[in-house]
Amino acid sequence: MELIVKTVKESILEFVSDSGEGAQTAGQMFGTVSAKMGNGVWTVEIIPAEIEPPHRSRSGASGNRIRIATGPVTNMGETADVVVAFNEQVLYSRTDVHALRPGTIILLEDKWKDDADPEIREQYKTALAEFEELGFVVFEFPLEKECKKILPDPRRGKNMWALGLVARIYQRDMSIILEEIRRKFTRKSQKLVDVNQQLVRAGYDWAAENVPYRFEVPGSKPDQDMVVMNGNQAAALGTMAAGIEVCSMYPITPATSVSHQLAAIFHEVGGFVHQAEDEISAIGYALGASYAGKTAMTVTSGPGLALKTEFLALAVQAELPLVLLLVQRGGPSTGLPTRVEQGDLLSSIFAAPGDAPRIVLAASDIEECFHFMITARKLAETFRTPVIVLTDANLATGQQPFKRPVMLEEWISPPIDQSDWDPNVEPYDWDASTGVSERPIPGQKGGEYVLTGLAHNEKSQVAYESCVNQRSMEARSRKLIALQKSLKPPKIHGDEEGDLLVVSWGSTRGAIEEAVDRIRAEGAKVSSLTLRFLSPLEPGLDAIFKRFKKVMTVEVNYSDDLDDGFVTEESRRYAQLAWLLRAKTLIDIDCWSRVYGIPLAPGLVEEAVRARLSALKTAKAS
Amino acid sequence: MYGIKKDWDLEPLPRCLVMEDYQAAEPRWCAGCGDFAVLTALQRLARDKQLAPEKTVFVSGIGCSSRLPHYMKTYGFHGLHGRPLPVASGIRARRPDLDIFVITGDGDCCAIGTAHWIHAIRYNMKMTVLLLDNNIYGLTKMQTSPTTPKGHYSNTQTTGAYLSPINPLTVTLGITNRSFVAQTVDWYPAHVYDTLKAAHEHPGLAFVRILQRCPHFMPGEFDAIQQDATKILALEHPDGIPIDDGLARVLTERKEHDPRNLGSALEVAGREDVLPIGLFYRDLEAERYDDFAAAGLGMSAKEKVAGAQRAMDRFLI
Repeated sequence: MELIVKTVKESILEFVSDSGEGAQTAGQMFGTVSAKMGNGVWTVEIIPAEIEPPHRSRSGASGNRIRIATGPVTNMGETADVVVAFNEQVLYSRTDVHALRPGTIILLEDKWKDDADPEIREQYKTALAEFEELGFVVFEFPLEKECKKILPDPRRGKNMWALGLVARIYQRDMSIILEEIRRKFTRKSQKLVDVNQQLVRAGYDWAAENVPYRFEVPGSKPDQDMVVMNGNQAAALGTMAAGIEVCSMYPITPATSVSHQLAAIFHEVGGFVHQAEDEISAIGYALGASYAGKTAMTVTSGPGLALKTEFLALAVQAELPLVLLLVQRGGPSTGLPTRVEQGDLLSSIFAAPGDAPRIVLAASDIEECFHFMITARKLAETFRTPVIVLTDANLATGQQPFKRPVMLEEWISPPIDQSDWDPNVEPYDWDASTGVSERPIPGQKGGEYVLTGLAHNEKSQVAYESCVNQRSMEARSRKLIALQKSLKPPKIHGDEEGDLLVVSWGSTRGAIEEAVDRIRAEGAKVSSLTLRFLSPLEPGLDAIFKRFKKVMTVEVNYSDDLDDGFVTEESRRYAQLAWLLRAKTLIDIDCWSRVYGIPLAPGLVEEAVRARLSALKTAKAS
Repeated sequence: MYGIKKDWDLEPLPRCLVMEDYQAAEPRWCAGCGDFAVLTALQRLARDKQLAPEKTVFVSGIGCSSRLPHYMKTYGFHGLHGRPLPVASGIRARRPDLDIFVITGDGDCCAIGTAHWIHAIRYNMKMTVLLLDNNIYGLTKMQTSPTTPKGHYSNTQTTGAYLSPINPLTVTLGITNRSFVAQTVDWYPAHVYDTLKAAHEHPGLAFVRILQRCPHFMPGEFDAIQQDATKILALEHPDGIPIDDGLARVLTERKEHDPRNLGSALEVAGREDVLPIGLFYRDLEAERYDDFAAAGLGMSAKEKVAGAQRAMDRFLI
């Protein structure tokens, strides 16, 4: 066997299987092992909507994409270089989203060609022919047959054998893999550790003898402690690092795993996960805890936000701190529960009966999912208001290594103040310019007040005079102005001025910056900018935008394209950040967005940005 | 203090609170509203128990009766329609030192807040829950409520309420882990007081339904039972709500009922020929969610930092 060795700066690998066959676990482990070897890593979960969709179904693929590189990785990249598939049908779900290209190496379980069912044999044959036509390089291998040498029922366990197979192809360090297996399974049983280690070795050895492909993706051992986790895990750790003791939630995809993570480790900081009877109760309970002096968090996704809106507005009106982590998914309604979308920006900022200003932040990578929870808790208490932290399904399940944060005591919320309250200070002693006031906590003698969702004056008395509502609305609004004054203008990726500025928010940053870098490398004057604060908006945007000939947003929520003739400038509906920025700056900001339910690939962004650049040139020429 | 000589063998109270210390804003209920009787009973109870105002929280929803926290000089949370119970649970969870009362109405509890009612009963967290039931929506002006009698005219069911009313007592008694269920009527202040007192002393969630007159939208609703006390069946038991001598003369119809007997509680709570009042059920041993929700309370900042470090270390590579 002659080896085909490629030394590359980066490579994309996918594991795909039927649900429950462990491709996700294998993929995650491959990612962790690669991070440990000093590679940059980004993983994307491939998740079916159902727990156990029918076997061998084209829509039921479950698995993981792992993009590894010599340097840092910030997004899922383009097409896969290598795919391990446990059956041929699940591969169609990958071709459907253009995840593969001619030349992609497909390592395919071959048992289906001898299946007892003639229909399956036929499907396999047809698929192979189709894959050949598409230019894939198919390498068949006897997955279950080999696993049966080690365990009688290979349905569980074959993922580890497959992990060994690709570990050989990617020259992964076996000792790190064995250690990962030990870490993962040791709490279950030693026997499980042994079997899985045996399987991974067997796959590794088999590949050494039989598979000709080798990829070298050199990594460099980091000089400091690193951690690897997904965005939901990072947000859970951020919750703990912020000193938040209460996570009050109701199960909803893709947000729930934050609470899973907390349920497993929250006791380390004296915290408790409350699973409420519904989304409304979840936020109500969190606000109860907050009213009593413990800043609490609730975590949900779009449909949950819709249900929580009334309580959110109460938190604004009554000035109760709260951290609401919103892990967005596809909408509207039940939408695409497991898929990626940034559709809740405007509802996060505005949804409420009446005007209810609140703080909204958006994390743009995994590390920010951690830090923004700490920032949010602090802001919620300082400004006595709810803070929404936006992430999405892309961040929720995407894994990325980052520098291990060292926890600080100043991140932790202070203990409840139970000292006497000066009875001359009103419970809403709004500062005339900032609107900020301190709140009495139950237990503080002299601070007794009745919090109310009704319009109320400084004493929290129900407002009957006409001027009170104007005054209290103003106080709440000025808090956001005070916060904005403390922020700095956002940093620009690329030059400070030029032809085109691409503005984004949230998880698309990595793909957009990669796309912009590719175009910039050819000398084009394009830059990008990612907003972390959406409410209030970061300052200085107007001045920045005016330094570019054109400004556009790139987002993963729906917008009309202008080029089909039916949509006009007047009737066009814009992507959500574009709506906001247009209204705020009066600049004619363009947008490009897609809602395929998958993370944006840099190539797709590149195409869109190039199109806007050439339109700009044409306009100039004419 | 209080003219007591220092060398007397007596510990004077650090402060002695009187009724006025619990009275806040002037109530804005209609004249003759049954809510006044409940408010007075609560202020009396607070005084008699010397509840520290700063450690007492009245949580309510939306509706006429839910204005009650504004009239108590304690901490209060006048929140959303139907949602006082989740808020009260959240307060209770991390503040076992606070005394929590929940004020809710028949629309608030038995219509828009039904899910929370059922689950709060099951959680059985220590709090005193008062359902002020006037059988009608008052604040929104006379719509049919879940407890409106069948056939009763309202602005939304103008040919009379279509369906028979829900029975909040049998519903509550039917929920797993209920631990205290009682009923009283606003026009017997002594019985209201004694019921609230027993409820407040209960270690879990005490659910008290108080039939409450609405002279504006339900005039005469309870006239018949008020005028003919034989239509009331008073439950009595050494472990139940006491019936004082004055009340004993009026309430001639009585039934011995052991509040440990759930079967008989359900039976008597379901009676439609008479109005049963008193303690239907009490279980001092029922499991309490408080015991779980307060986990880890009181950890210092240093311990939390160390705990968060340990959690982070699990992700080291």
